[in-house]
Amino acid sequence: MRKIQSIYGIIVAVVCFIVIQVEAQSPKAKYGTFALTNATIETVTKGTIINGTVVISNGKIVAVGTTVTIPQGAEVINCNGQRIYPGMIDGGTRVGLLEIGQIPQATDVREKGDIIPQMKALTAVNPNATVIPVTRISGVTTVLTAPGGSLMPGTAALINLHGYTPDQMYAGFEGVVVNFPNTGRRGFFDRRTDEDIKKASEKSLKQLNDVWEKTIQYFKLDSATKGKGVAYYPELQALLPVLRGEIPLMIEVNAQKDIQAALKWVKEKRVKKVIFTGVSEGWREAENIAKANIPVIAGPVIAIPNRDYDRYDAIYANPGWMKKAGVKVAIRSSEDGNGNYRNLPYHAGFAVAYGMNKEDALKAVTIVPAELFGVSDRMGSIEVGKSANLFVCDGDIFETKTQVSNVFIEGWQIPMQSRQTLLYDEFLKREPGLTKN
Amino acid sequence: MKKIFLLLAAVCFLSQGMAQTEKGSMLIKNGTVLTISHGILEATDVLVKDGKISQIGKGLVAPAGSKVIDATGLYVMPGIIDAHSHIGLDAINEGTNAITPEVNTGDALNPFQMGIYRALAGGCTISHALHGSANSIGGQSQTIKHRFGTFDPDALKMEGAPRTIKFALGENPTNGGRSDDLQPQTRMGVEFVIRQAFSEAKQYMDKWDTYNKNKLIKGFRGAPPAYSLRYETLADLLKGKIILHCHSYRADEINMLLKVCKDFGIKRLVFQHTNEGFKVAPELAAQGAMASVFADWWQYKLEVYYSTSYNAAILVRNGVVTSINSDSPDLIRHLYHEAGKTQKYGQLTDDEALSLITINPAKQLGIENRVGTIDVGKDGDFAIFKNHPLSIYGVPQYAIVDGIVRFDRDKDPADMRLLPDPKESIEVTLFESGHDHDACMQSVESLFGLDRVENKN
Repeated sequence: MRKIQSIYGIIVAVVCFIVIQVEAQSPKAKYGTFALTNATIETVTKGTIINGTVVISNGKIVAVGTTVTIPQGAEVINCNGQRIYPGMIDGGTRVGLLEIGQIPQATDVREKGDIIPQMKALTAVNPNATVIPVTRISGVTTVLTAPGGSLMPGTAALINLHGYTPDQMYAGFEGVVVNFPNTGRRGFFDRRTDEDIKKASEKSLKQLNDVWEKTIQYFKLDSATKGKGVAYYPELQALLPVLRGEIPLMIEVNAQKDIQAALKWVKEKRVKKVIFTGVSEGWREAENIAKANIPVIAGPVIAIPNRDYDRYDAIYANPGWMKKAGVKVAIRSSEDGNGNYRNLPYHAGFAVAYGMNKEDALKAVTIVPAELFGVSDRMGSIEVGKSANLFVCDGDIFETKTQVSNVFIEGWQIPMQSRQTLLYDEFLKREPGLTKN
Repeated sequence: MKKIFLLLAAVCFLSQGMAQTEKGSMLIKNGTVLTISHGILEATDVLVKDGKISQIGKGLVAPAGSKVIDATGLYVMPGIIDAHSHIGLDAINEGTNAITPEVNTGDALNPFQMGIYRALAGGCTISHALHGSANSIGGQSQTIKHRFGTFDPDALKMEGAPRTIKFALGENPTNGGRSDDLQPQTRMGVEFVIRQAFSEAKQYMDKWDTYNKNKLIKGFRGAPPAYSLRYETLADLLKGKIILHCHSYRADEINMLLKVCKDFGIKRLVFQHTNEGFKVAPELAAQGAMASVFADWWQYKLEVYYSTSYNAAILVRNGVVTSINSDSPDLIRHLYHEAGKTQKYGQLTDDEALSLITINPAKQLGIENRVGTIDVGKDGDFAIFKNHPLSIYGVPQYAIVDGIVRFDRDKDPADMRLLPDPKESIEVTLFESGHDHDACMQSVESLFGLDRVENKN
């Protein structure tokens, strides 16, 4: 009997060991009903709730407040006074399109062609990109991933940082990217003559005008024939929803002159929905941008000014200055080449350190991008009915040392693990150490 | 007449000498002093006399006429030190040969570069103006003090700072894309190039030693060996007169150089970037080699793909003297924030985190007796912050070098234009976060095809 018991014990131990091993190697996200209690809830849209509870069920936020009844069977996570924020949204990344910089085979950012809005970022998103866990465990739950390089390099897509296919990740927004013709010199390596620079930007502008005119013609034909009888023009078809005002044109524009030109172009062409991105010299034209009622996604904020003679902190202060002038401002990290989209809260934090109102900065990485992308009914704040995109952390999320302890994306509890944390676990006390035996 | 001329020459020489050693006296009153060496001193004064810290305490009195900064409510820390930067340099890479120890970045200093002022605006008072990483053995490098305002390139040099040299391993010196058939093309070749150079330098030393010995023998008539600045420099390195700073990423190449240095008796060794230093932290610690790292950079090339932002913390916990560097004209402006990231990734204490940008880089540059902490006798280099420097809300208010205020946020001009060009029709507007590559390949872009605009994604 004893023997059987011990054999049974061994079997149980082995099974447990196997289960633990498997769990330890690749923990999975968990779906269910969760109650996050004793939390300071930064709702973003409805103030701060002290000692509150958030209940998550079926992927949604189903209750928020101080007098919430915890549903039976809910997994209770006691936050012990920690804070809950809505998941942050980075409005400018290459997530899933760029695995390793400098290696062409490991990047899918730039397709051949100048005007190729039909190239869809969502197609090329790799759901298993290393950067995805790295980013989400810092509280960035949703990102815009965008193609780049040419004049009209493709269509960007908003994705949640959890899912096994691009479709599972898709968060309900696409926008056509335009790199507005640049009339400035790009930097020390740009050795073109003044004449060449002028010619290049004029050529690009002409291309832009041409395709817009063609799209208008195409729209007329398309309407007249009710979508039948028009030839296959993929780039024009991709621009139709822009012309109709269904999706925005996302215009990357930075230098003052170019911002002026873009404002003029948008007005002339009567583009219905426009977002300016980058806008590192937005502060120089802030009033005009506000007057045109064009929202911006500014960033990177932690960056050097474009011109040698500008104030050293002009880019840090840019979001605050634009906001003050009445511009609707979202903040992006845009830390493309080094995969540091996880630094999004620090870009917002620098904007605060250099003058932006703290509440506005928090909105600039949550509800404002959600509004710009037309998904504010689903994300961007902690409100009943919204998707459970949120995270728990032990302090002000802009503060550098703040630790994120729990992340939920569409109600899935995300494993707090990335390759970078795994390397930490393995190498903090390496075994074998200096000697092998 | 000749006398007057000599006198004039002497005055010129002296005034130049003074420019090089411009030093001030000042009192920083009532600040929260982060000494790094002996804790936090609340409501404390720091007195600087002729560029050196002369007293730390309460109720100190400024000598008549010297500047007083009221630091009430502010944090006073040692001037931030960057062990890896390329600001203030007009040239970064010689790169025309696999080994170029004969060149020195100290010959390419540009005191007008705005990067120096901007570094000050981030509290950074000293940087290591490193040669680039285009070749296995690069040039000698210059430790500079950010004395922005001087017109004299030599006045940037930190007098008395030890000589340093830049080596490079991995993808940059082998450069996957390099079209010509120069050695090295692989990490094997890099080791060989370095061992060969060291061996040849030893032969060179032997030849000179023999000659110098023979010279003393009466009647010796032999000719001296050919003089080579290249091998003179390497000989000084082997003799321990120069600190070796080596660009590196992967653990295997770090391990390789550790062994090479052991074989050739080189003890003063600092690895730069060192993204995979965490994998060989015990080996680094055992040999006393130091590491200067990024807080969180990764993904921009293959050899940084297996990085972790916990690198600095793992190195520190394994006893490696570690610093956080910039290698970027942007990052150098917020090294305090970069250091703060080690509190998110590895939970270093305030003192540990601040050491990464003060006393530790000072050790790596061999200037730890001069700067890096707030102690009597050290140089009057400070960064004064509103809010704690490790907080995201920390904002540098002053940067002080040798007791002279070189940056004052309240007096920062909105327009830094010194010499506007009335004919300028095309604006230089650089839209680069500078975060998507290491800057070590600067000025060899055309050699390696990195200047193609489409290279930037």
